[in-house]
Amino acid sequence: MSATLLTPSTLESQWTLPSRGRVGMFCLIAAESAIFIIFVVAYLFYIGKSVSGPMPRDVLVLPIFATICLLSSSITIHLALSALTREQPGAFRLWWFVTFALGAIFLMETGIEWHHLIYDKGLTIRTNLFGTTYYSLVGLHASHVIVGLVLLLTVLMFSLVGRVSTEHKERLDVLSYYWHFVDAVWVVVFFVVYILGR
Amino acid sequence: MSTDSIALNAVNAAPRPWSAVVHSWVTTVDHKRIGILYILLALVFLVIGGIEATIMRIQLIVPHNHFVSPQFFNQMFTMHGTTMIFFVAMPIVFGFGNYLVPLMIGARDMAFPRVNAWSFWLTAFGGALLYLSFIGGYGLYGAGAAPDVGWFAYAPLTSPTFSVGHSTDFWTLGLLVSGIGSIGAAVNFVATIICMRCPGMTLGRMPLLAWMNLVMGAMVLLVISPLTAAQIMLAIDRFLGGHFFDTQAGGSAVLWMHFFWIFGHPEVYVLVIPAFAFISEIVPVFSRKPIFGYPVMVAATVGIGFVSFGVWAHHMFTVGMNSYANSFFALTTMVVGVPTGIKIFNWIGTMWGGRLQFKTPMLFCIAFLFQFLIAGLTGIMLACVPFNWQLSGSYFVVAHFHYVIVGAILFALFGAFYYWFPKMSGRMYNESFGKLHFWLFVIGFHLTFDFMHIPGLLGMPRRIYTYEPGRGWEIWNLICTIGVFFQAAGILVFVANLARSLLSGKLAGSDPWDAWTLEWSTSSPPPEYNFAQTPTVASRRPLWDLKHPEDPDLDL
Repeated sequence: MSATLLTPSTLESQWTLPSRGRVGMFCLIAAESAIFIIFVVAYLFYIGKSVSGPMPRDVLVLPIFATICLLSSSITIHLALSALTREQPGAFRLWWFVTFALGAIFLMETGIEWHHLIYDKGLTIRTNLFGTTYYSLVGLHASHVIVGLVLLLTVLMFSLVGRVSTEHKERLDVLSYYWHFVDAVWVVVFFVVYILGR
Repeated sequence: MSTDSIALNAVNAAPRPWSAVVHSWVTTVDHKRIGILYILLALVFLVIGGIEATIMRIQLIVPHNHFVSPQFFNQMFTMHGTTMIFFVAMPIVFGFGNYLVPLMIGARDMAFPRVNAWSFWLTAFGGALLYLSFIGGYGLYGAGAAPDVGWFAYAPLTSPTFSVGHSTDFWTLGLLVSGIGSIGAAVNFVATIICMRCPGMTLGRMPLLAWMNLVMGAMVLLVISPLTAAQIMLAIDRFLGGHFFDTQAGGSAVLWMHFFWIFGHPEVYVLVIPAFAFISEIVPVFSRKPIFGYPVMVAATVGIGFVSFGVWAHHMFTVGMNSYANSFFALTTMVVGVPTGIKIFNWIGTMWGGRLQFKTPMLFCIAFLFQFLIAGLTGIMLACVPFNWQLSGSYFVVAHFHYVIVGAILFALFGAFYYWFPKMSGRMYNESFGKLHFWLFVIGFHLTFDFMHIPGLLGMPRRIYTYEPGRGWEIWNLICTIGVFFQAAGILVFVANLARSLLSGKLAGSDPWDAWTLEWSTSSPPPEYNFAQTPTVASRRPLWDLKHPEDPDLDL
């Protein structure tokens, strides 16, 4: 089988294109953003439309501590990655662990909040519109935190056995974009649920 | 140096057992094989969806017909719509894109081959889940039932009160799963086209097919996600007892409409932009001229992509929006016609003064031009709000969107089938049978869908399972149904032609059309690695440069 001859006449040595990992992650973030936008729109649309209680202002408490934890994990993952660039595996492991721990604390705080709402305040996903939209939006975000934590934990385990080095920087960068996205979404969710919605 | 395929001696290779062949197809991550799997999946569902359409048309052939029950008729139109959009049009578009994009941009595979396979199998699984409803719709203890809520599944019809059993659950989960597959495929398309182009393939030199698939991929990311979100909400309502679309608890049925059509209208462009891509590749080759107005084509495509996100509520004029919303959506809907019209003029400009070759792919493209124009014009009519109030939910609307989906998208797809069949199979199709398919399908299409406008204008609503005699609808319904049999005959000729050519067609060679894009520089079918050596391009038509070194393409 002969194919047509195609001669590279002028080899363009300076041919560089964006990394596919980054572009792929940005695409995923775009798609995820669209999903969150729809949930946020539904939440905003249904504020004050519940026909029965409990209402947000009766039961919701600002999760300040959890928010600080999650947002500072964006800083610590950045510190971890710059430690990796400077080839300081110890500092990388430390900051990476702190990132994971902060994310885990956030998730735990969400769990405590939900337990309180369900068992003390009697608010479940089927109680009223507020319950439906609240658990859906916060739960959608929390499920993204869980995915992020699984990824963070995987990298943490690899780094503990010494398998993470500077050559993995780009992949970890891509992972960190996801984590930053999860944090940024929380800012929106926090504003919508705990400020506007209350 | 050359990109000749490394000689694999196929003759001496021992035939592999069928289990090994199946295993190699199931586990493949090769973009060409995944592309063909997508296309085969779509063809299977095309036949199923076509049978469902035929059942509906037979039921409507005369008034007071008793061919099927009203309940079964509802299941047929729901399954027909859902199948054709999600499990025929989407996979077939992804299939051609998967097969062609890496070859056209000089890459060896998609950016994420394993994500690619994962996306395909999710789509296939979603389709299987939807059709499982026929045996599992009421659970295991009774006769099964398919979803019967219509393809846009308006609330509160989908609530547990009105959709008893599991049929709607199968619908929502099937679309949720295949939607995630579509998002995976879209991520792959965008990343491939941005990151995997061969040296010299700047954005301005990319084939228009790659450009349009880039726009399609970007749109899928933002279009399918709202549907996925809405399906999650519906699943929460049905499985967890949520109240998103539960009007008794303060939920809103109109919100579902908005969410569905924010997906639903751009989806039309997700499907038609790849159809534009096929036309933009086929028309120049059979006119022996480069595409007219390449930059304008790119700009028009991107423009359509943007504007299409602002037109969704023209599906909802009869819901009772305020006059500002009505005016806005009427205006944007008409604006979308502008870049689309530019494209039609560009294709005509490409053909103008060219040496036209009326091969089967070109015939389908020319029919596309006429039919897409008419589809666009009835679209403009429906964008006028008072006209829409009169005809929304009638057979006029059904005729309009079938003109887009069959008359434009399906015709372009048939053109693509005939054009790239020699590349995919290595063999030529039979030209006479191709032309027979074309004429049968043109006649059938126009019998069915031209005359379907008229009962719509006479007030026949869509989705009715039968009608009274004496309203002047009988003759038109009869003609519509007769057209279906011409279309079915055309499909039979099509399948027979492809199957026969696959087994005994004459060898096509690497470049049967004397075309100009990179996929024709590989052997037919291409080797697994596509290009033995990564090609370098210096213009929009690399193979023209190769064949006419004395007259290379100028970079405009």
